[in-house]
Amino acid sequence: MNLITIAWKSIRQRALASMLTALSVALGVALMVTVLVMYGVIDQSFNQTASGYDLIVGAKGSPLQLVLNTVFHFGKPVENIPYLYYKEIKENPRIAHAIPLAMGDTTQEGGFRIVGTIPEFFGVEYMPGKKYGFYRRDGAQQDKFISRPFEAVIGSSVARANNWDIGSTFKPVHGVDDGSGDAHVHDEEFTIVGVLAPTGTPNDKAVFVHLDGFFMIEGHEKPADEAAAKAKALAIARGEDPDAVVEPKTPDEEQHSTDAHGGHDHGHHHGPLPDEQKEVTAILIRCKSEIVTPQLQAVINDRPEAQAVSPVGQIRNLFSLFIDNVRLLLLVLITLIIVVSGVGVFVSIYNSMSDRRREIAIMRALGARRGSVFSIILSESILLCVGGGLAGVLLGHLLILAAAPYIELQSGLIINPWSFEPVELVLIPGLVVLASLIGMVPGMTAYRTDVAKSLAN
Amino acid sequence: MSLVLTGVRKSYIEPDGTKLPILDVEHFALNKGEQVVLVGESGGGKTTLLNVISGITSADAGKVEVDGYDLTAMMEAKRDRFRAERIGFVFQTFNLLDAFSALENVLLGMSFAGNSGGKSRAKELLERVGLGHRLGHRPGMLSVGEQQRVAVARSLANQPSLLLADEPTANVDVKNQETILKLIREACRENDVSLLLVTHSQDVAGQFERVEQLGEFNKPGGAK
Repeated sequence: MNLITIAWKSIRQRALASMLTALSVALGVALMVTVLVMYGVIDQSFNQTASGYDLIVGAKGSPLQLVLNTVFHFGKPVENIPYLYYKEIKENPRIAHAIPLAMGDTTQEGGFRIVGTIPEFFGVEYMPGKKYGFYRRDGAQQDKFISRPFEAVIGSSVARANNWDIGSTFKPVHGVDDGSGDAHVHDEEFTIVGVLAPTGTPNDKAVFVHLDGFFMIEGHEKPADEAAAKAKALAIARGEDPDAVVEPKTPDEEQHSTDAHGGHDHGHHHGPLPDEQKEVTAILIRCKSEIVTPQLQAVINDRPEAQAVSPVGQIRNLFSLFIDNVRLLLLVLITLIIVVSGVGVFVSIYNSMSDRRREIAIMRALGARRGSVFSIILSESILLCVGGGLAGVLLGHLLILAAAPYIELQSGLIINPWSFEPVELVLIPGLVVLASLIGMVPGMTAYRTDVAKSLAN
Repeated sequence: MSLVLTGVRKSYIEPDGTKLPILDVEHFALNKGEQVVLVGESGGGKTTLLNVISGITSADAGKVEVDGYDLTAMMEAKRDRFRAERIGFVFQTFNLLDAFSALENVLLGMSFAGNSGGKSRAKELLERVGLGHRLGHRPGMLSVGEQQRVAVARSLANQPSLLLADEPTANVDVKNQETILKLIREACRENDVSLLLVTHSQDVAGQFERVEQLGEFNKPGGAK
């Protein structure tokens, strides 16, 4: 019979007290595991979402706002950039994909962000190794990506929240309907042609419409005089001749086209805008090679039209500035909780020592060395802490398993309850150290037991 | 010689700081395989003597030799191991551990002697004391007599050369007294184990050829 077995028998003898003691450790560890895994999911989600594109190009201003708005649909859109600039940059030989995004509208139901884009958007991986797929509630439905101006594809959360499906229609609201009365409903109606499979990204809560359709919405055109003024200002900034800028034709001068509407009745019939009056909010860039990304970024940033930011870099900055500190604070708090649980283990073992002096004296009388009884008490402390810790790891993951569907429903975050964080590997050795410290004092009490006196008592 | 005590002295310090002599044994010896009963008044130092012999308590002076080894010259850890290997102990209150079954109590005694693979011997011993059918029972599930029989099995588990028994029959009924005493004596005889048994029972003492009065060879405080 080894010392661990002897320690285990003693724990079993005080089953209720031992169980409660281990439970307090388990709860502390479960809390820590939950925070770690949740943080891991958030971290992964943010970074992977941000890692889908090499650069985001948008109006000059706050780089973080550009990333948060473009990739995470968070906050108000930044200023727009000319569509012509998009067309120019698309021709850059370093670029594999340049995808324009136009934002500013939301859905009436649920206030989901409407994003105007091009079909190519769905062909590019949104995270490394992950492409958009369709969510088919009914196998008979034929989903497709947008191909005509007034077609829309919706994220899975939008479909669930608004109970929309293929064939459902909606009218965009300009801006966000926050009750201030500033927002107004557009007359144009979009038809849903596809529902995206859950991605675990903010795009689950977005509605994607064809960029042409977005431009056809009344009020989305840049006034001709403003567009001309902006173009001339940019020409001056570039050191070009502002008089060489071509004045855009007004929409009424344009050929009216019904073909672009795909045959739908949308109330209004606006023809395609001249490119000079079109604007996009951002351009997602995927470079042909990672090596050229910094060069391209520098080239874009050197010019007056726009800025190029690395979404991964911005998210890393955000995490290191704010979220990492929150995590650190949480970890410190939880470590304190575990230490308090450890104190509980200490109190439990220490209190039991007065009842166990005789038991220890008997072992000593049978030939157990002082070191052996010290080790038995230390083993008890380690078994309680490590046992509680392992139970806590399991409990933490079970808690996440139970909460995952709710979190996914509320936030769109897809959580794998069994994803382990590397820090968890440190937990158990950490608990062994804690338990060893905790077991020292009761262990020394056992070590110093007066055998003859304890046997006589 | 199995046991030799030479000039062994032991005192305790009382709460008021005065020294209270308990043992002063000039000479005491036990031959190999000999069975000796030790009688004496309560508080006369019988238990202290057994504790000094086993090394549980250190003597203030003198020499305690078991099988020719001087326990008083040994470091504590070595003395503990020596006790586990060579000295069996049967207590008046049995001193079984409640968390362990009868078999485990015997195995526990063996484990401190580094004898971890002796399950068959432990079973054999428990069968020998008539508890082969109670191996998995914990002390609380055993009668007083059965508990003491487990204690006897435990004391013999490491094949000691000296068995110390401190009033082993004091807490059991008359029928069990005879059984336990018989068990102890037969087991010692079979294994050539020296026995020093402390008792205050004249009936028990009467069964031994050699009976020693503690007061005759222990003169604490110079009471000659």
